[in-house]
Amino acid sequence: MNLVHYWRAMSGIIGRELWRFITQRERFISALVRPLIWLFVFAAGFRAALGLAITPPYETYILYEVYITPGLIGMIQLFNGMQSSLSMVYDREMGSMRILMVCPLPRWFLLLSKLLAGTFVSILQVYVFLAIAWFYDIHAPWQGYLWVLPTLILSGLMLGALGLLLSSFIKQLENFAGVMNFVIFPMFFMSTALYPLWKMKESSALLAKLAEYNPFSQAVELIRFALYGQFDQHAFFYTLSAFIVFMAAAIVGYNPSKGMMSKKGGG
Amino acid sequence: MIKKTCLSIAIALLYLGNVSAESVFVTLENDNALAVVDPIAGKLIKTIPIGQRPRGIAISPDYKYLYIATSDDNTIKVIDTVSFKELGHLPSGKDPETFALNPAGNRVYVSNEDDSLVTVIDVPTKKAIKQIKVGVEPEGITVSPDNRWLVSASETTNMVHWIDTKTNTIVENSLVDPRPRAVSFTADSQQLWVSSEMAGSVMVLDANKQQLLKTIKFEISGVTADKIQPVGVVIDKQRHHAYVALGPANRVAVINAQTFEVEKILLVGQRVWNLAFSPDQKRLYTTNGTSNDISIIDLDSQTVTKSIAVGTYPWGVAVKP
Repeated sequence: MNLVHYWRAMSGIIGRELWRFITQRERFISALVRPLIWLFVFAAGFRAALGLAITPPYETYILYEVYITPGLIGMIQLFNGMQSSLSMVYDREMGSMRILMVCPLPRWFLLLSKLLAGTFVSILQVYVFLAIAWFYDIHAPWQGYLWVLPTLILSGLMLGALGLLLSSFIKQLENFAGVMNFVIFPMFFMSTALYPLWKMKESSALLAKLAEYNPFSQAVELIRFALYGQFDQHAFFYTLSAFIVFMAAAIVGYNPSKGMMSKKGGG
Repeated sequence: MIKKTCLSIAIALLYLGNVSAESVFVTLENDNALAVVDPIAGKLIKTIPIGQRPRGIAISPDYKYLYIATSDDNTIKVIDTVSFKELGHLPSGKDPETFALNPAGNRVYVSNEDDSLVTVIDVPTKKAIKQIKVGVEPEGITVSPDNRWLVSASETTNMVHWIDTKTNTIVENSLVDPRPRAVSFTADSQQLWVSSEMAGSVMVLDANKQQLLKTIKFEISGVTADKIQPVGVVIDKQRHHAYVALGPANRVAVINAQTFEVEKILLVGQRVWNLAFSPDQKRLYTTNGTSNDISIIDLDSQTVTKSIAVGTYPWGVAVKP
């Protein structure tokens, strides 16, 4: 096995994912509609709610729309991560997973390629979302749009790895509803995506603590700071660590001899 | 040789430092102090005790002196803008709040709210030379850049009084919307802009005919009409844009000064009252009374770039290049 084989496999997996995304126009639109509804409807209702305090990385008062934009970017990546895990379950049911898994390359590499593929798709969605938000008067400094790219790769990988880990537990597509209820919603609502930590502390210290330890919060904060040209070191290491833990667990999960696959009767 | 180069670099840096240094002075009504802010660095430099309840503030045309109305001391203090030493005080009458300096810097006109008077003070002799009877509760006051008019607005009479600066007598009165707060001339002295706190409007008057040209109203999505209470109003030198502080709406309106259309609404701190341009008119500074900070608006991009905590109840603002 040389690098060419690795490259061929990775580009094949990424190409397939991107192709699938581009041809599924409904998926593209629905992936955008969700955060846009939050932005135009939900955030509009809470416009004045945040004009009270200035917290970094912001240097002045901001409208609620501006605050939740990084949270909605996180939402795009969270749903995308879960969606690609859903597609893993689908692939397993349809048998195409077998083709992927018999490829004579290390399993971790195949899973990482799959993750990267999903992350690229999510980044495409994020930039289209940011472009629409620009016309809605949500502007970040132009450098921020560049700085946010590496953080999007990391946060996309972390959330994708979580999805991958979950997909190793799910045997049938029908069980995916459970992921929605037990993972996506608590992760999203118990985070700094919709409300800042100081606001949460006012109502519940426990909720604020949970949000602080939620890796999704840290990913959102990493994105938020990067969008304003700043680097949140704590959020970076937290997100990176979460990625490593989720990824390692997913690799174990997809190991036929050790992981969940053996218990479920293989892929 | 190296010594010489180092010295010249040091001098050049010093020179550059002097050029870019701009000071924003903010009166802190509740702290009895004056805040000095470096707007380029975005930092509060220092806070100086100045007197009881400082509100109105103006800077002399040569930028050497600050005039600060310390309301509870019943005086206007003259402060050196470098040493911040008190150089004297002017006989403002009781509870001075707002006042105006003429373009030459030798006359100060003070609104005496409780006595319905405008006091004319000669700055070199520090003496009150006349008191002009005006409407009830005079507040906003300004002198036209050509020094022809002194305009005083009476909050309760809902009137602006046109006073001839040569004779110090009222020549004309114009009825305006309820509770006029601030008055401001365009740089060419052709228009007078009047903000009305209760009506939530700004009126533009022709200064030659003393007649209404336009009434501007404001609408902000998500903000109820009762919160829109215009106070400070300033117009840029080219008369491209006017900026209006909308009080408890926590916003500054950007108005096209040619078409009188509201072009943009900018979010700043709470209860924004007074405004001042930077000398090059590239920035606008706002005092946000109840959020205890000032906001800096970049006028090229028309965005709020920073809000800086200064102390409690920032009221008036003046800028020195």
